[in-house]
Amino acid sequence: MEVYLDNSATTRCYGEVAEIAAKVMCGDYGNPSSMHKKGLEAEHHIRDAKEVFAKLLKVDARTLYFTSGGTESDNLALIGCARANRRRGNHLITTQIEHEAILNTMRHLEEEEGFRVTYLPVDENGRVQIEALKEALCKETILVSVMYVNNEVGAVQPIQEAVQTVKSFNRNILFHSDAVQGFGKYQIYPKRMGIDLLSVSSHKIHGPKGMGLLYIGENVKITPIAYGGGQQKNIRSGTENVPGIAGMAKAASLIYADLKGNTEKMRMLKKHFMEGVSTIENIRIHGLTDERSAPHIISVGFAGIRSEVLLHTLEEKGIYVSSGSACASNHPAVSGVLKGMGVPREYLDSTLRFSLSEFTTLEEIDYTLETLYNCVPMLRKYTRH
Amino acid sequence: MKFHSFLIKYGEIGIKGKNRYLFEDALVRQMRYALKDVDGEFIVHKAQGRVYVDCDGEYDYEETIASLKRVFGIVGICPVVKLEDLGFEQLKKDVVAYVDEMYPDKNRTFKVEARRSRKNYPMNSMEINCDLGEVLLETFSEMKVDVHKPQISLNVEVRAKHIYLYSEIIPGAGGMPVGTNGKAMLLLSGGIDSPVAGYMVSKRGVGLEATYFHAPPYTSERAKEKVVDLARLVSKYSGPIKLNVVNFTDIQLYIYEKCPHEELTIIMRRYMMKIAEHFAKESGCLGLITGESIGQVASQTMQSLAATNEVCILPVYRPLIGFDKQEIVDVALKIDTYETSILPFEDCCTIFVAKHPVTKPNLERIKKSETHLEEKIDELYNEAIRSVETIIVK
Repeated sequence: MEVYLDNSATTRCYGEVAEIAAKVMCGDYGNPSSMHKKGLEAEHHIRDAKEVFAKLLKVDARTLYFTSGGTESDNLALIGCARANRRRGNHLITTQIEHEAILNTMRHLEEEEGFRVTYLPVDENGRVQIEALKEALCKETILVSVMYVNNEVGAVQPIQEAVQTVKSFNRNILFHSDAVQGFGKYQIYPKRMGIDLLSVSSHKIHGPKGMGLLYIGENVKITPIAYGGGQQKNIRSGTENVPGIAGMAKAASLIYADLKGNTEKMRMLKKHFMEGVSTIENIRIHGLTDERSAPHIISVGFAGIRSEVLLHTLEEKGIYVSSGSACASNHPAVSGVLKGMGVPREYLDSTLRFSLSEFTTLEEIDYTLETLYNCVPMLRKYTRH
Repeated sequence: MKFHSFLIKYGEIGIKGKNRYLFEDALVRQMRYALKDVDGEFIVHKAQGRVYVDCDGEYDYEETIASLKRVFGIVGICPVVKLEDLGFEQLKKDVVAYVDEMYPDKNRTFKVEARRSRKNYPMNSMEINCDLGEVLLETFSEMKVDVHKPQISLNVEVRAKHIYLYSEIIPGAGGMPVGTNGKAMLLLSGGIDSPVAGYMVSKRGVGLEATYFHAPPYTSERAKEKVVDLARLVSKYSGPIKLNVVNFTDIQLYIYEKCPHEELTIIMRRYMMKIAEHFAKESGCLGLITGESIGQVASQTMQSLAATNEVCILPVYRPLIGFDKQEIVDVALKIDTYETSILPFEDCCTIFVAKHPVTKPNLERIKKSETHLEEKIDELYNEAIRSVETIIVK
């Protein structure tokens, strides 16, 4: 049995997505900037895709920009806005639990471009502390970036509260949110919520890899970070990835077609899994388990077993999971998120992330639980002393 | 400059008496193997006690040199310009043009060294030396002759059909051609040392096989892939390597269960040696190779080495025994295995390491501990050997 529980790392592409991407690649392969009919066909795919996202996000289609993924969206949002607004101040705020695409971009701005960055702490549930945000805001602040859903423990951030805090302090401060783990799980309306910039990734919602989206609000001052042919209003030059764009739009419309049904099913499976896993001794489910945690992420520590060993044990049984977040797993450092949440030492390098999708079944969850019941005691017999 | 041929200089092979042809044939074979993936048509052949690589057509010069530099037994590679014999006046012009292109800075000393295998050439070697030297001195006023220690040794060989011109020697890997000294079994881990050890022994003409101990789920598929990659890098020098991947988990866990933890590493290594020796004997290897160096870690003290050595009958070669870590790293960098070696995947030696492993194991005590394994160890040992996965790496 193959059980894929690593959907926060990436997801399986919908068949319909692969179909439309192939159709664009082989049929409507024109360059959207070309003046002839072939170019126009390609441009139509981009226009249609923008319409899809404009409806889903309830924003104007002209505020949407296609990128190569969540990382590029984050880089463009942070670097582009920091540079364009530097005359107004040099202070940026983010959280300690952001994805590396945010953290390392912030570090770059700090070390190479002279900005001052505040990294906000989180509470024991992995949620950003609004009090700390209030304290950090100052006259020099130009941009605040808070993720929508944390990728390691699934903590949903109090975005609305954070936006209100920022905007009531100074409505000119830009608010960015990395919604890579949130989009496709929640209805997100950035404009209504007061979010100025929003990053989305395609391969987390059963779309193609190498594809992302950035919403840039109407009055946001931003400067490009790459230069070229001036496509996408000169904000993001480079021939558009038309098959990727068409595929991502297809994925988004499919995932939102029955959002409520899918997330409820995931939540039910998550609850079932948590109940099952809780019968194992000396385990810890990190963060909240209620509505303030994402429907698809469960982060569990198994005291006394190194996460890598349990991961490979499950792998032998056909179950695929992550230790911490997949992007961070290839350099085995202890997770900053878990540390920031004050997770006890014995769980820090013993934590696995199980992440579900709409394809996950009850049978798969039961098989995973059964496997854990067998493996965990066996592995605990052989631990390093 | 377009070179049409490479003259291969080999050192120690020359002194091997009646076996010489065996060494030369092995060298030719290894060179052909090294060149098989390089763009271009190459003819590797022996002629008048020398080995040549002829490449008259288009070929990739950089890749050719890089590949030949990995062939053990080659001391130097001389890129040769092959000239049609169109009379001595033309030869003068060609030599001047060659020197002009090869040495933009003319402020150097030189010597012409002519040889004739075609003895009916109208001039003798001395006359060729003098006349070519003269024309070079006339053309390039900064050049000077030094017959004892010239900076440029311009070799002119008059052969049956062509005249060969060369003056540069690119240093080769040295050593002896692989296949002239049998085969040995390398205990290959994912670390820095063992690939270097394999390289060092192979340099003396020894073909390699390798054994890797895999311990899923304690080591990952990626750790195994890393070892395959390392074997591939070593095989660029040694030729194809047969890699035995042994699943060691059950033996390791059994030792962990039954024996004192501070002796775990030593006992484990004794079983690794036994298993490696089994495969070595099976495929006709004449020895084992490890990357051990005295005192590097607890399992490499003199006492530990003696304790692990004791289980084998085949000789165990430890070419790094007197190397410091940095010296090993230097070779790893030179042979390009370093970057792969330092990728962060656990190997099975590090998983169950005790906090304070024994550094001076007592052989009697170790043997006594091993008696606790009697019940199941033979079965596990046989199963590990039976379930081996063999990968041919090239």
